[in-house]
Amino acid sequence: MTALPEFTEVVDPVPGAAAPHLPPSCDSGTVQLLTPEGDRVEHPEYSLDIGDDELRGLYRDLVLVRRWDAEATALQRQGELGLWASLLGQEAAQVGAGRALQDGDMAFPTYREHGVAWTRGVDPLHVMSLFRGVDNGGWDPAARGFNLYTIVIGAQCLHATGYAMGVQRDGAEQAVLAFLGDGATSQGEVNEAMIFAASFSAPVVFFCQNNQYAISVPLERQTRIPLYQRAAGFGFPGVRVDGNDVLAVLAVTRQALQAAREGQGPTFIEAFTYRMGAHTTSDDPTRYRLASELEEWKLRDPIARLKAHLSRSGIADATFFESVEADADELAARIRSGTVGMPEPEPSSMFEHVYAEKPAPLAAQQAEFDAYHASFEGER
Amino acid sequence: MTQTSTLRSFPLPDVGEGLTEGEILQWLVAVGDTVTVNQPLCEVETAKAAVELPSPWAGTVVELLHEAGTTVDVGSPIITIDVGGGAEPNGRTAVLVGYGPRTTEARRRPRRAAAEPAGSPVVPPVSDDAPPLLATAPDMRTKPVRHGGLEVGRQAEAAALSAAAAPAREAVPGRRGPRPLAKPPVRKYAKGLGIDLTTLTGSGAGGCITRADVDAALAARSTAAAPPAVDDAAGQRIPIKGVRRATAAAMVSSAFTAPHVTEFLTVDVTRMMKLRSRLAARPELAGVKVSPLLFVAKALLLVAKRYPMLNSSWDEAAQEIVVHGQVNLGIAAATPRGLVVPNIKDAGRLSLAELGAALGELTSTARAGRTSPADMAGGTLTITNVGVFGVDTGTPILNPGEAAILAFGTVREMPWVHKGEVRPRQVTTLALSFDHRIVDGELGSKALADLGSLLHDPATAIAY
Repeated sequence: MTALPEFTEVVDPVPGAAAPHLPPSCDSGTVQLLTPEGDRVEHPEYSLDIGDDELRGLYRDLVLVRRWDAEATALQRQGELGLWASLLGQEAAQVGAGRALQDGDMAFPTYREHGVAWTRGVDPLHVMSLFRGVDNGGWDPAARGFNLYTIVIGAQCLHATGYAMGVQRDGAEQAVLAFLGDGATSQGEVNEAMIFAASFSAPVVFFCQNNQYAISVPLERQTRIPLYQRAAGFGFPGVRVDGNDVLAVLAVTRQALQAAREGQGPTFIEAFTYRMGAHTTSDDPTRYRLASELEEWKLRDPIARLKAHLSRSGIADATFFESVEADADELAARIRSGTVGMPEPEPSSMFEHVYAEKPAPLAAQQAEFDAYHASFEGER
Repeated sequence: MTQTSTLRSFPLPDVGEGLTEGEILQWLVAVGDTVTVNQPLCEVETAKAAVELPSPWAGTVVELLHEAGTTVDVGSPIITIDVGGGAEPNGRTAVLVGYGPRTTEARRRPRRAAAEPAGSPVVPPVSDDAPPLLATAPDMRTKPVRHGGLEVGRQAEAAALSAAAAPAREAVPGRRGPRPLAKPPVRKYAKGLGIDLTTLTGSGAGGCITRADVDAALAARSTAAAPPAVDDAAGQRIPIKGVRRATAAAMVSSAFTAPHVTEFLTVDVTRMMKLRSRLAARPELAGVKVSPLLFVAKALLLVAKRYPMLNSSWDEAAQEIVVHGQVNLGIAAATPRGLVVPNIKDAGRLSLAELGAALGELTSTARAGRTSPADMAGGTLTITNVGVFGVDTGTPILNPGEAAILAFGTVREMPWVHKGEVRPRQVTTLALSFDHRIVDGELGSKALADLGSLLHDPATAIAY
């Protein structure tokens, strides 16, 4: 009698399987303050003293940015946006990191940090206009403490480190938060930025949202050790935090930013999370990952666990949750009408904001371009 | 009371940066349905992904402009929705730069008649016929501008294609044409072989000369006198229809609905082959072809009686497993028309002689191409006799709706350990595929093992 064939699982060396040579101080495990079930737990190194209002505020942030994201995805499918990079699943990592920033701090986002933009008070419509191709992002980076989105993978880490070195030279008590993804850790400029940051003890925190995939490339093709352990090689602390736990992210990022402000140099934070949606609206994740993986991560949902905690501890009731839902609906409606109603940009506008003072050759090009457009009859 | 209506049509958007078309996989709404904002309207498959398109408006579906299965150009309207009187009429079609609705594709704003302002740059006039924005491009084989300039890219691509289709330009001595397009490795390759790229016509994208073009030129040069063999290699395109089409549909549906498991068993059937010679000589089996297949069929019928789940069906609609009261034994037959699977009705009731006669009739009818649809309908369990082609075994795909299929391999003399010694024995391989929704590994394994022992020692049939 024959036996059923055995299904042999072929697994690459698992990240983390080979790390004994690293100093034990770097291996602090994953920081968690709120379990997926919504139970509040303590961590010896990271405590969080947080009031009820702040907790409810975090919940509202999470729900509203998720709703914004859903509306933007729908608008892209309706032809109203050229592209959208969804943050679904990464709300806690972004809101937690964003809320850890103080007024004078500066953040350097990738193109997915809508949740951080939200915490910095950037109008969602400014982000929408970027993805609609109306402008390159209409907010004032200096006023918001939030740089324009960077599409080039990892480039913002160099900008952040450079900015932090400037802060250092100014003698200002500010911290800089650089966002990056797991894929970006393979980029040369990210490594260069970390070397400079370490060498000059720059007040910058590298906040890596490890969402497990660099588009379709899984983490195990990116690294053979946990990403946060890379920091040891550069010579600054690295910590892994449950990226779906907004409280842990807030606590860890706050502490790292404070250390930077106090002159203790950079920190690398690996927020361990999962991109629940596609890389962008041009991507089909079902081609490279299994539905079962998605189901597993659904159980670690960042919003569900905070909701469980709030209702179980009596911090929030049904009225509160309903009011947040209503706010989300209102936000979605405002984003929809605002996006669809955006005026089309003047072709000439692309010449603006390239230089602080427009050089003569560029002004001449603009005049030539305007004359060409003026040579046509009728409405554009 | 009459409600004012405002009809708006939703053009297929570019959901994936630079797509030109998408196939409507299925509609999720019907005419007359009330839809809300962001309610999924249809599923569209593009070159990049299958996605749901959410409704941009709330209203009532008035018309679906394309059937499911249609491939639609980006920018073409796909659905009309009555958004009611309350909505503002909006003349602008909701699409972004780069892919305007098809109707406007070839239209350009006319130039002003007024003279150019003095001192302004000289802009070459652009006629409506000329590929827009490419009027200044001297060579139509310029790489198409794909991103954010789809229409321009299309025109350039079309121009490039026709340029590529045109016969190779003859090299005019003393006159240098535009530099032929080829990637650096191909240039180096051609140079090493002494092939002049200006004499070639590129078959790659945008008329680019590929390595294969260089190889073809080399072959043409070295075998100038040889007969052209290219046409023979062109292959053949056979329309998919009839039995081939039905077989393909059945196999695909079976392979992707029933989770198949196949188990194999190699059996010493020497005793069965001896019994076969003895039985063939008996008067009650006169005129009947006593083939190994007959024994396998008989044994399978006995096993199916012992394990009725082998002879059952999965009824998805009713959410029931249907255990059949009788075995309609299908025999896969290769015919000039293709594969057909006629079956012997209530084969379990037949004596060996009757079964043999039925098998003979079924195969001769099939080979003559006279198998009727009734003969093929209602099968419950199937044997595929791949052994007649001299192969050992295979992993058979279930006849749709059935729970098991047995592949019977060729019977060949092989070295086999028999009573502690290696002896030449008659050996065959059985492969049993079963629908794992119905038949578990344990049941399937037991059934196959029992089948094997029946064929190994047919005398054990007396115990059934």
